[in-house]
Amino acid sequence: MMMCKKATRLMSLKQDRPLTFQERMSLRLHLSMCSACRECERQFTLLHEAGRRFDP
Amino acid sequence: MKEQEDRLQRLTAVRPRLFSFAFMHLRDRSQAEDAVQEAMMSAIEKHESFAGRSSYETWVFGILKYKILDAMRAQKRDGRWQPLENEDDDDAIDRQFQQNGRWQQSARPSSWGEPEAAFETEHFWQTFDACMIALPDNAARVFSLRELMGLSTGDICRELGIKENNCWVILHRARLHLRACIEKGWLKGATP
Repeated sequence: MMMCKKATRLMSLKQDRPLTFQERMSLRLHLSMCSACRECERQFTLLHEAGRRFDP
Repeated sequence: MKEQEDRLQRLTAVRPRLFSFAFMHLRDRSQAEDAVQEAMMSAIEKHESFAGRSSYETWVFGILKYKILDAMRAQKRDGRWQPLENEDDDDAIDRQFQQNGRWQQSARPSSWGEPEAAFETEHFWQTFDACMIALPDNAARVFSLRELMGLSTGDICRELGIKENNCWVILHRARLHLRACIEKGWLKGATP
């Protein structure tokens, strides 16, 4: 079973390149069971969107 | 003439944003200031080459990006960069997790609400900026290139001369640092 720290690695990676099928599946499985990581994933996405504020 | 006047005004208006953009990448006030000045100078000199396909501000930001990349290369040449390899030990990150890889109770992420609502809050941006400044230099540079400048990790690696895998490790750490810092500062009101 993948633990949270490793899951955050995949969440981060997902912002930078498409995940492989296996990576996607193990992340999805973990997220389905872990509410803290679901929040973390939302936060990473928000950080990504926040970076675009300089686009005029 | 009227048009030039108008553009000069727009340049002046966008200058603070140009500066904070440059500062986040270069982390040095005077170098950021220089990059902005150079970008503004070339925008004025080359104003005829502005084709109007994008907004004027976007065009100026585009010029600034090249100036920032030049300045970063110079920083690297001058040895102002810590080696990027040795970032495996990161206590601040390790403290967010237990030995077994689960979140520490005190570090468990909580909800930040809707992004749009956060983005409308001045306090969110103040916290974001403070947390960017609190990031370790390398993490901040790579994160800025990726998320503010929008470069791919492949481009960043070529630019910085590091392996892509290294880039992903740095970005992972940067994001974990940032999220913890923002959560503390923004939701819980602590100063980063």
